[in-house]
Amino acid sequence: MMEIELNGTPHMILISQTVYGLIATLDLLGMRLAVAVNREVVPPQLWPQRILKELDRVEIVRAIGGG
Amino acid sequence: MLMTKPDAAQAIQENLTIAGRSYRSRLLVGSGKYRDLEETRAATEASGAEIITVAIRRVNIGQDPGAPNLLDVVPPSRYTILPNTAGCYTAADAVHTLKLARELLDGRQLVKLEVLGDQRTLFPNMPETLRAAETLVKDGFEVMVYCSDDPIQAKLLEDMGCVAIMPLASLIGSGMGILNPWNLSLILEQAQVPVLVDAGIGTASDAAIAMELGCDGVLMNTAIAGARDPIRMAHAMRLAVEAGRAAYLAGRMPKRFAASPSSPMAGRVPAL
Repeated sequence: MMEIELNGTPHMILISQTVYGLIATLDLLGMRLAVAVNREVVPPQLWPQRILKELDRVEIVRAIGGG
Repeated sequence: MLMTKPDAAQAIQENLTIAGRSYRSRLLVGSGKYRDLEETRAATEASGAEIITVAIRRVNIGQDPGAPNLLDVVPPSRYTILPNTAGCYTAADAVHTLKLARELLDGRQLVKLEVLGDQRTLFPNMPETLRAAETLVKDGFEVMVYCSDDPIQAKLLEDMGCVAIMPLASLIGSGMGILNPWNLSLILEQAQVPVLVDAGIGTASDAAIAMELGCDGVLMNTAIAGARDPIRMAHAMRLAVEAGRAAYLAGRMPKRFAASPSSPMAGRVPAL
């Protein structure tokens, strides 16, 4: 296992987990989401090949109500 | 019914054009502060708005993926979803947020930029706003920008390539109405892109006044969501924006100091 930062908090994942794998593990597949790793947007077509590294900062966002 | 609108009304109907796309409604609404998603859906529909702002936030880990989602009740297939940068206090945060938003919304470039200065006033931080606008325009975004009601800043943003200028009428969420119509008029008389009042509208007459000044549109959230009956207020705002626009196009009568009778003096009937 290794630690990443997920939405601002420490999170343990399997070594060489992909972004896709992370989203699947979190049970978030099928939601309309956007993902950034270390402040860089990772488009969905790259999720399966983007392997996460220790201490990567991952942001997973969605649209909510706002003015 | 809308379908039975008289020909005269159709003849004066003119659309709002932003970044080359045309909208029938000049009312833009936010999707925040509603009791639930059903109220969001109903109020949005009652407003007649076609452009709806949304915020971009981190998902709650452990969230049920099947739980209803904002974009289910205001679907991008029906509405133009305008992601905003509410809560961003630096250009870097705002740019990052909108890059995520663009990904979230299938590459759509139309965005609302706001970079705030402090929590008490939510006044825009204009140096950061200008910095963010420049970066975003260069990156291909179509930027609608929340700004101070300062004609110099507005011109800088327009020259930079922003597609709409959106000065505040009073503080975000304050409902204080149009506090400086003169500044708005200065911005309006020079602007070559749409000018929309963003923030400060409290009730229908405020929206009508903004439109009578010649604003191209009005963006609001709390005025609707914070009303006792948001759905009825959404409808009121729709009418106010339409009425204000029509009055602006019609051209109001001049104000006079003294009275002027509406009935002719000739042909009056004497008592004897």
